[in-house]
Amino acid sequence: MFEIASTPLSRRAALAGLFGVSALGLAACAGSNSGGGGNGASATPVSSDDFAKAMDTDTELTFWTWVPDIQKEVDLFQAKYPKVKVKVVNAGQGLDQYTALRTALKAGKGAPDVCQIEYQYISSFLIGKNLLDLSGMNGFGDLESQYPEWVWNQVARDAAVYAVPQDTGPMGMLYRDDLLKAAGVQAPTTWDEFATAAQTYRTASTNSYLTDLPPNQAGQMIGFMWANGAKPFAYDGDKTVTVDLTGTEAKQVVEFWQGLVQKDLVAVDPDFTDQWYQGLSAGTYASWLTAAWGPVFLQGTAKNTSGNWRAAQLPQFTAGGKATGNWGGSTDAVISTTKNPVAAAELARWINVEREPAMKLATEQFLFPPLNSVLQDSSFVGQTPEFYGGQKVNEVFVEASQNVNTDFEWLPFMDTVYSSYTDVMGPAITNRGDMVGALAQWETKIKDFATSQGFTVK
Amino acid sequence: MTTSVRTAAAPAGSPAPRRRGASPALRRQHRAAYLLVLPFMVVFTAMLVVPLGYAAYLSLYREQLIGGVSFVGVQNYVDALSDPAFLSGLVRVALFLVVQVPIMLGVALVIALLLDSGVLYAQRFIRLAVFLPYAVPGVVATLMWGYLYGPDFGPFAQMATGLGLPKPPFLSSWMLGSIMNIVTWSFVGYNMIIMFAALRGIPTELYEAARVDGASELRIAWSVKIPAIRSAILLTLIFSVIGSFQLFNEPQLLRTLAPSVIDTAYTPNLYAYNLAFTNQNVNYSAAVAFLLALVIAVLSYVVQLSAQRKERRS
Repeated sequence: MFEIASTPLSRRAALAGLFGVSALGLAACAGSNSGGGGNGASATPVSSDDFAKAMDTDTELTFWTWVPDIQKEVDLFQAKYPKVKVKVVNAGQGLDQYTALRTALKAGKGAPDVCQIEYQYISSFLIGKNLLDLSGMNGFGDLESQYPEWVWNQVARDAAVYAVPQDTGPMGMLYRDDLLKAAGVQAPTTWDEFATAAQTYRTASTNSYLTDLPPNQAGQMIGFMWANGAKPFAYDGDKTVTVDLTGTEAKQVVEFWQGLVQKDLVAVDPDFTDQWYQGLSAGTYASWLTAAWGPVFLQGTAKNTSGNWRAAQLPQFTAGGKATGNWGGSTDAVISTTKNPVAAAELARWINVEREPAMKLATEQFLFPPLNSVLQDSSFVGQTPEFYGGQKVNEVFVEASQNVNTDFEWLPFMDTVYSSYTDVMGPAITNRGDMVGALAQWETKIKDFATSQGFTVK
Repeated sequence: MTTSVRTAAAPAGSPAPRRRGASPALRRQHRAAYLLVLPFMVVFTAMLVVPLGYAAYLSLYREQLIGGVSFVGVQNYVDALSDPAFLSGLVRVALFLVVQVPIMLGVALVIALLLDSGVLYAQRFIRLAVFLPYAVPGVVATLMWGYLYGPDFGPFAQMATGLGLPKPPFLSSWMLGSIMNIVTWSFVGYNMIIMFAALRGIPTELYEAARVDGASELRIAWSVKIPAIRSAILLTLIFSVIGSFQLFNEPQLLRTLAPSVIDTAYTPNLYAYNLAFTNQNVNYSAAVAFLLALVIAVLSYVVQLSAQRKERRS
């Protein structure tokens, strides 16, 4: 009697069904952990004969990545190794891709050979022993010396190497030179100066702020903590995690921002929303505390402000200090279920380490390079984009990359850590309330989650 | 489907002969009937029954990142019933139901009655205009409203600023009301069409009689038309109850605009989704989803029952 097909009920039911089904996929074969290779520390070195043979055998590799135009680098790889066919798949960005990857790993089929993984998620795939230890592979022996120490620490654990760095996000500051000058403010180099500048700027122009502190951006806040030498997270690679968000360095950062937020000296708008893009274009925020991927991103979103932006180092708690943190960046890792570990490892290494593809990634796709050789290359460092008034912006972030604190670790469940930040810290920031109290709550939430997942919490 | 069909040949009063199954003709009919419903049953089983059964099975286990899978019985359900995140979400959608559904159905009913009584000009145009928002996909509607609500660049905020008024806090303290408004805007037309169709089906003799007795249009609407379309109203009500409790799209999309207003457990459905996909806690998520389904089933039943009682009394 009623046509049910287009009722909201059935549409919603269909949606629920979809989620139901995909949730099932997630849980399929729960417990049957099909760790093929595993992260055994006994990575037997591959001899050069075996390597040559493997690269001269007809092989098909699947490569999951969301880097735009990565096909360029893959084509170079295939020109060098014509027998190896690489299928590039965009399985979603960030969490979407990890969900797909976990599903495939649980199902025991459909996982890629090589996969893009952000630094902070590497440890979550070590739990299931899903990443291949690459330390014995061809060309990995002398890799460590080619990266800044902090980058290498992100992908290596003891003697094992679990991924090849592809890009990084050392943090700095982008600011509107014209707006600051108009308000009579100098670009701040310390957080004290930053607070004073925020006050002066707010008085001079009542409808805009020196910067925005997004209530949904745990990555940025954790980056500030990293810059201040905090070490809030640690994971021993087995069953023990450490959570310390209320330690001196982390707390100092949150107290500082709480001071500005409560006095209404910074905006508290969520980032990467239309509102926020318009805010950057319209000068609502006179600076953006961002990472090395920020400059290119900003050129794309605030074209009308070209020529007015400048880059500087992240402000410091100690005058004359230089330390900074990292926010973002990715690696390429080899999934342990691969049938062709040698070829897969070579793909991950070659496109990120060999000079031609690495330069292409840095200068054509604008991924901020982790390799020392590219960081020192004049064709990269010497770029003078019009958008930044001809300033050598890359030079600023190269310097930042040399000053990132070296020993920072992650928890093996960062997605939960991020979402609980938005749930707990978010309202405190938005309501300009008790951020320090929220910080303690956030810590408790993370610890509770870790305990409920069977971890030992220190 | 029952097969114990009494053979019509048995004379009344005589003891029924021992059945040797249905006649060949009947058997053929049955076989045809089974064949015809088979495709539906296959899809229904594969797409609904099996996943539901699997979800029920999952909800009895717990999988930890460390330590793997273990059987926990009803522990997940016990946890959910004392989980403030789940309960506060339930309370929120209950509030949503109590406020939004009467407004939406009331408006839909008034428009349907007006259209039916023929007092409006441009009837067709109005009917279409009211129905049009339903044709806009929910996701698009939410994105559109999200822009309209915007605190800096949204037209409402700009108007308020122009008039020297404070900006309306659509995306902060009024969030639930803002979501109610989006859902109402989307579904008034849909509910109106159901009611209007039912009104068209009322035999005209009924109002003729009322008119002859000197009843006003209002009186006719109240005493004749509304009782006559009670079953259609009940249908829209049950759909709305279910829809309210399953609220997901709007808060999920508005989260990006107001992440600290809409948390991961804003509605029970959103909570189940985030449990599964952010926390990878599929087992607990399944338990939450089942409890939600139970609440919806009980409520729908209560609505239906109370309506039937009324019907018997009247």
